[in-house]
Amino acid sequence: MTIVADRRKDAARDSEVMRFPADKPLRLDSGAELRGLEVAYKTYGALNADKSNAVLICHALTMDQYVASTHPVTGKPGWWEKAVGPGRLLDTDRHFVICANVVGGCMGTTGPASLNPATGKPYGLSFPVVTIGDMVRAQAMLVEALGIETLFAVVGGSMGGMQVLQWAADYPEKLFSAICIASTAKHSAQNIAFHEVGRQAIMADPDWRGGAYAEAGVRPEKGLGVARMGAHITYVSEDALQRKFGRGLQRDGLSWTFDADFQVEGYLRYQGSSFVDRFDANAYLYITRAMDYFDLPTRFGGQLANAFVAARDVRFCVLSITSDWLYPTRESREIVRALNAAGCRASFLEVVSDKGHDAFLLDEPQMYGALEGFLAAAGQARGLK
Amino acid sequence: MTENREDFREILRLVRPGARVLDIGCGEGALLELLAREKGADGRGLEISQANVSIALSRGLAVVQGDADRDLADYPARAFDYAILSQTLQTVRDPRAVLNELMRIAERAIVSFPNFGHWSVRWALMTKGRMPTTRSLPTPWWATPNIHLCTLRDFTDLVDELDLRVEAASALIKGKPARAMSQSRTWENWRAEQAIFLLGRREPLQAPLEDGPKDSLF
Repeated sequence: MTIVADRRKDAARDSEVMRFPADKPLRLDSGAELRGLEVAYKTYGALNADKSNAVLICHALTMDQYVASTHPVTGKPGWWEKAVGPGRLLDTDRHFVICANVVGGCMGTTGPASLNPATGKPYGLSFPVVTIGDMVRAQAMLVEALGIETLFAVVGGSMGGMQVLQWAADYPEKLFSAICIASTAKHSAQNIAFHEVGRQAIMADPDWRGGAYAEAGVRPEKGLGVARMGAHITYVSEDALQRKFGRGLQRDGLSWTFDADFQVEGYLRYQGSSFVDRFDANAYLYITRAMDYFDLPTRFGGQLANAFVAARDVRFCVLSITSDWLYPTRESREIVRALNAAGCRASFLEVVSDKGHDAFLLDEPQMYGALEGFLAAAGQARGLK
Repeated sequence: MTENREDFREILRLVRPGARVLDIGCGEGALLELLAREKGADGRGLEISQANVSIALSRGLAVVQGDADRDLADYPARAFDYAILSQTLQTVRDPRAVLNELMRIAERAIVSFPNFGHWSVRWALMTKGRMPTTRSLPTPWWATPNIHLCTLRDFTDLVDELDLRVEAASALIKGKPARAMSQSRTWENWRAEQAIFLLGRREPLQAPLEDGPKDSLF
């Protein structure tokens, strides 16, 4: 168990880390400050001479900066390798791609598992609650520290899409284009409800120890695993789950016990147990909280369009997925409606896929076709070679 | 094929260079592409079909998947110089409301539609007693997306009722270049297979270009 914990402790070993001095704290939406912020990130490709080809990829809840490189803990390929690389959608021969672990995360960026410089112990629950806005502010600090004034594109799906919208609201002058996939401008009651179930599962695990499990040398693996199992159901469509497993059994016949008789049970248990190796339970609490707090329209006087009035020069591409019931198409339409009302240059497509929310990570030809066209036109307008 | 469409040629002629254009029912974006290439227009599209939007986006166009009957309300007033409704008016649920929205969103509207008053339509109905299938209305009644067909006279009546002004009108006959229509001649309503109208508001800031007689259109 501790071996696994150690393996994650130097999770950032394959990343670059930007360290901000204590006199340059991250100011948080809660009013608190994070001193000595560290942001772990990966880059691919090279920044061109006029620094016009930088693309920032914002990751989803349980992803990290390893967008196109082998994950140091799991040894698996990057989470969006299909899209990032030479000759791919985000062509690293043409673009300088940046992906940073979010604040509150657990892959090298400052989060609840980091050492609190004031105490020398892991933050645990003394880590301040962070927001999507805080994540984006930290990214903006990183982008600035890398000497980049404007991003050619900021791209993200799910929680990454929320960050994209936040970028457009907070730093429109730093954006040339924005791609928001399978996301929302505010978390719904159902979204919050599912997250709360996950958090309660973690906190109900005796090994959680009020968040101070690291000092005790234990981890709330059961709780985090159950949180992941519940969440995973929301990432796939009912059709996809039915098609993949149906009522299929793992063995010949029922066991007449509570073992994982059904294939879908075995699958979920595997999802849960493999997740705990690479993710920190407190980080899961903090990041889900940040998503639940996300409510862009309310921040702009109840009018989402107000969030985008300064982003009229930004080229937006909004994509939703037909079978996504976590962030359904109507939520993307709300974003598009606001973009139109604000007079922004918006494109919107509902991608046909029966695979559910996670389709944004999969090889969906319609999605890739739309994004390729969008990026090619934006690249031409930007004068990229 | 699309680049040779005479209605597109005529629309191109009507649009000012560098204009902001919203193409409602833009299909795969052929007209938007032409407008960008030949007029340097800043074009946006609205299209109901997922497959068409997918193609338009892969062409690099700014197109939103949506419904003219529902989604025009999202756009702010006078956001565009032109709102184009090419061969789409007859397919919407509420043409009157859509026309109103066009004139709210844009300074001018360009509307093209098949003329149900064309002689071939009248002839087919009269001689066969069936819903006409003609060159510009090729689909049988049970499969056509056209739910609100009208004649030139019907259309100009609605234009008057909405207090709009016809700034230009041309007739199209397949395979031939567009021809300017004389609005006072009744026979235009027999002769035009399709029509393209450039509409403006009745009380513009500048003096009207020409004030045709209101009651004698077709």
